[in-house]
Amino acid sequence: MTDWSAGRETWPLPARWVEALGEGTLYLVESIGRFGRFLGQAVALVFIPPLKFRRLAGRVYFVGFKSLTIVILTGAFTGMALGLQVFLTLQRVGSEAFVGPAVGIALVRELGPVLTAVFVTGLAGSALTAELGIMRITEQIDAFMVMALNPMRYLVVPAILAGIITFPMLTAIFDVAGIYGGYLVAVMLLGTSPGTYFGQMQAFADMTDVMVGFWKSLCFGGLVPWVCTYKGFHCGHGAEGVSRATTEAVVLSCVLILIFNYFLGSVLP
Amino acid sequence: MIRIQGLRKFFGRQPVLRGVDLDVATGEIMIVIGRSGGGKSVLLKHMLGLLRPDAGAVVVDGTDITKLRGAALEAVRRRYGVVFQGGALFDSMSVFDNVAFPLREKTALGAGDIAQRVEEKLAQVGLVDMGHKNPAEISGGMRKRVAIARALVTEPEIVFFDEPTTGLDPILVNTIHHLIQDLHRTFRFTAVMVSHEIPEIFEIADRVAMLHEGVIIETGDARGIQNSTNPIVQQFIHGAVEGAHHVA
Ligand SMILES: Nc1ncnc2c1ncn2[C@@H]1O[C@H](COP(=O)(O)OP(=O)(O)OP(=O)(O)O)[C@@H](O)[C@H]1O
Ligand SMILES: [Mg+2]
Repeated sequence: MTDWSAGRETWPLPARWVEALGEGTLYLVESIGRFGRFLGQAVALVFIPPLKFRRLAGRVYFVGFKSLTIVILTGAFTGMALGLQVFLTLQRVGSEAFVGPAVGIALVRELGPVLTAVFVTGLAGSALTAELGIMRITEQIDAFMVMALNPMRYLVVPAILAGIITFPMLTAIFDVAGIYGGYLVAVMLLGTSPGTYFGQMQAFADMTDVMVGFWKSLCFGGLVPWVCTYKGFHCGHGAEGVSRATTEAVVLSCVLILIFNYFLGSVLP
Repeated sequence: MIRIQGLRKFFGRQPVLRGVDLDVATGEIMIVIGRSGGGKSVLLKHMLGLLRPDAGAVVVDGTDITKLRGAALEAVRRRYGVVFQGGALFDSMSVFDNVAFPLREKTALGAGDIAQRVEEKLAQVGLVDMGHKNPAEISGGMRKRVAIARALVTEPEIVFFDEPTTGLDPILVNTIHHLIQDLHRTFRFTAVMVSHEIPEIFEIADRVAMLHEGVIIETGDARGIQNSTNPIVQQFIHGAVEGAHHVA
């Protein structure tokens, strides 16, 4: 990196402001460039063998196992809340029969992929950043490099692939738990007939809805580990650097999930 | 041979290296001494290609590694063994797996051969029956020794030691020094070692270089350094608080 600050103190004050602005912009552009290049390198390594299957399996277990209970729990309660609110709203216009498809479509298209991604970010993504950040500050990542091994192959590629594998599965589990949560409220508590709940769902929700949810979860599955490993890899000094990287990873992942969700929602059928 | 020429490095506005010149001949043990925080680890990281200098070159057998990246840099590093100051053991792996890791990843050896070599190296650093432990479960001195075993298990041509014996008891310091000496006799590797162990280093060093305020102020064999007329060197090797260099 170039040292832009050399000799700055001799500049007149207004010039220093302009310089600071320019420096900030350069820094931003440079970070975005690095962020993109990081993904490019990771993707290239997926296709250049060897792929570290054991590490991949470990990551799948790590993400999947860590998140499973929470995903089921939050999925069920999301479906229940949704079932209740949708039922009460539809009841006002006398169409509570549509509670099934309303809950189903909202879950499968929007809430399932987004909320699963957000929860998994909080659970596994933060842990991933912290783990890599600690490896960075304790020079374990440097140790890979001086062994003439590419640390990205061992640390980043398995995490990204694991995200792509687990996110759609966890999202599907979230959706199912949510649909049954909605069922619990709409059918068992509020008295919609089970046939109506599921029958109407089949009639209105189709494969495109499922596919939209699937593509979204696939994207988030790549996005979250990408952000989290990047932040861990480029964390600052000491415990503070790791904690800051972890916070940034979670915040940036969540923001990007919501932004991507909107754009994917408008692009996909 | 490693030739460092005019190496400069700033961190922000802090100059750490201000033009380091140093030659390390093939097969010799070069020991770098200097005050804590003086930039010895930074110098080592430039030789490893982990840091890029602001100016200057690190020439390893004719190639300037500061210009290399990717596969070309890996080719140079394949000849390296490194003991980091903090050990840098992989904390997700057992001691055995740490030492076995470079063999598994970089050689075609079978599991039996690897196990034999790893056990042998662990025994040489005095760690028998410790293989199953996690790095977090062993003492700081043991971690250092595992790091040494991991660096040497691939029989590298060039070995970098960043304070391999700091924090070890006096007996272990000598054990490690003798181990390095023995292995050096067998494998004739080139060694660059940062160390504070004065006077023990004078027994194993072929040459000693002193880094002070970002430059190498003196190089010479053990004798030469001990008899140096430079007051800063004299003050350093005798650990005097009062002297030519004002202690901050
Ligand atoms: N990555 C970095 N970013 C900013 N400053 C750094 C970095 N690495 C080292 N420094 C600074 O460079 C100086 C030299 O550090 P270095 O670790 O090389 O010292 P050292 O000679 O190895 O000391 P010790 O004997 O205590 O290990 C220190 O002032 C340190 O703050
Ligand atoms: Mg150091």
